[in-house]
Parts: sequence; structure tokens; C-alpha cells
Amino acid sequence: MPGQHLAPSVARSVKVLVVGAFGVGKTTLIGSVSEIEPLRTEEQITTAAVGVDPGLPEKQTTTVALDFGRLTISQEIALYMFGTPGQRRFWDLWAGLADGAVGALVMVDTRSIEASFEVLDQLELRTKMPFAVVINQFPDSPQYPVERIRAALDLLPTTPIVRCDARNRTSSAQALIQLVEHALTFPAFQKAPA
Amino acid sequence: MSQGDEYRDHPVRSYVLTSGRAHPTRNTLRPETLLVAVDGRPAPTTATRQQRDLVRLCRGTLALAEVAAYLALPVSLVAVLVSDLVDSGHLTIRSNHQAHVLPGRDILEKVLDGLRNI
Ligand SMILES: Nc1nc2c(ncn2[C@@H]2O[C@H](COP(=O)(O)OP(=O)(O)O)[C@@H](O)[C@H]2O)c(=O)[nH]1
Ligand SMILES: [Mg+2]
Repeated sequence: MPGQHLAPSVARSVKVLVVGAFGVGKTTLIGSVSEIEPLRTEEQITTAAVGVDPGLPEKQTTTVALDFGRLTISQEIALYMFGTPGQRRFWDLWAGLADGAVGALVMVDTRSIEASFEVLDQLELRTKMPFAVVINQFPDSPQYPVERIRAALDLLPTTPIVRCDARNRTSSAQALIQLVEHALTFPAFQKAPA
Repeated sequence: MSQGDEYRDHPVRSYVLTSGRAHPTRNTLRPETLLVAVDGRPAPTTATRQQRDLVRLCRGTLALAEVAAYLALPVSLVAVLVSDLVDSGHLTIRSNHQAHVLPGRDILEKVLDGLRNI
């Protein structure tokens, strides 16, 4: 509940995105790492109304949820993790979300690898941000070798692929570590501090 | 979570609550922007209930998205309310780096250290 304020010394926030299809484990991973119960906000997007009388220009709106968590990383820095479905129809809405992000964890469920195609396409098309692929393990997940997953997702040889149990804090933190280490190899983060 | 839960119909209220303006005046506000109330200044007497609640919430530092979640209002709407309260001197942006500027290497190294301590 309200009152879960950051320490007064915290003056900087850093964010990562957690993207992936519905049910892939985004909120679970965020909750594992977060120091607060994951929070949710909702945003409305206006969609073209179907079958509406042209004389009555009623707009149809749809709600998109954003789940997020927070981790105070040092005396001055708070890490925010924003979980959002990365499908095409959500990206316009969350343009401000991608802005300034360190990178994204793309969560993949090997039981339905195709569900990740659109998310990866959007990420590559609309952003230049570093990303790491997180293979979330479910009990009935097929066990593909990493290189087969790399080929199936058409990933660069340098893109990290991390196996993870999103319910486990250390495992989830490990995925974030891989992402930040990968981000540090990007030219955008080679510069002197801003 | 079901797909219906994430993707359902909802009426638009933002327009009414922000007196007709649909976009924040400041584009420095992001969901992760840290906010804090200016010491000892309650919301102006002309403030709406949302603005009053917002200033009260920000007695300590919170990100804009947290404020939105606690107020059960969309981030886009809270950005407008915050923008006005910053202009009127009731709120300050605690994280004063430019929103578009990526964190520097030093910050990422600190994030890594923090994550490794988990
Ligand atoms: N076995 C297993 N179940 C998981 C894992 N991650 C998430 N789940 C379950 O999968 C379901 C969907 O997870 P959720 O985090 O809500 O997915 P989201 O829609 O991407 O936010 C929930 O019932 C979780 O408990 C995991 O790593 N292993
Ligand atoms: Mg979720």
C-alpha cells in the first residue's frame, strides 16, 4: 500500500522492460526480484469502432495493463522493472516506456516459441535496446538445446539466452545480470556518465 | 492472467479529469521518473481530489508509475497532474537527469553490483 517510499537518498531510477506473450511469466519474474508487491497501472487506447453509426462518432477504448516492480539497488539508485506484452498493438502506447530503458528481458515459453516472434520483431524494429532472451522453464517445457532456440528465434550469436525459473529470486536476478552485462557491450553505454 | 483481463473495454475519463488537455505539458516525465512533494506545502486549496491525493502520496519519493498505481489512474493522466503540480511548486522531480539520456556506464556497473548481491 501507499507509504512504501524510496529512501530519501535515492535520486536516480533505471528501468528495464520485461516483455513477452501472455502467461509467459513476466509478472512472476518481476515479483521475484521486486522489494514491493508488483503494482499495476492501466492505460486506455482508442480503437476504431466497428459498426458504429457514422453520425455518432463513438470511440471504442481498450485497456492495457502494465505490471511493474522496484528494487533499491544502492543508496542512490532504484531499478524499475516494467512488464508489458510486446505485441505490435501495444508499442505505440508504451513508446515512452522504451525511451531510456537499459534493455529488455524477452521471456520465451518453449511450449509456444512462435508466440515470441512478434515481440522480438517489434523490439528490433522499434528500438535499438539491448535484450536478453529468458527461457522460462515450465514442468512440461520441451528441453531444446540453446543453439536450436537461437536458430528458431533467429538471434545474433551475441544475444544472451538464459534459462530461468521466474519464481526463483536468484534465477531471475541472474537473467537481469546477463542483460546488464550485455548492455555494457553496446556503444550507447560506452560513453562517460551522463 | 487471462487475456480478457489484460485487454478489456473501459471508458475514457482522462479528458474530463485534466480539463480537456490530453497530453502532459512536460515530456520529461516517464513512468520511472522519481517524484517528491516540496516540504510542508500541501496541495493548493483549488486542487482537485486527485491532486491532493497525489501530493499526500509524494511525502516520500515514489516513481510516477507507483503514484499512478496507488491512485488507480493511468500513467498518462498522472503525468498531466504531476506536470501542473511541478509548475505550481508543490512537487519536484527527484531524479533530475534528462529522461532521454541513457544511464552512464558507472550507473550500470552499480546496478550490476546490486544484482550480484541478491
Ligand atoms: N513452473 C513455472 N511456472 C511459472 C513460472 N513463471 C510463471 N509461472 C506461472 O505461469 C503463470 C503465468 O505467469 P505470469 O507471471 O502471470 O505471466 P505474465 O502474463 O507474463 O505476467 C502463473 O500461474 C505463474 O505462477 C516458472 O518459471 N515456472
Ligand atoms: Mg502479467
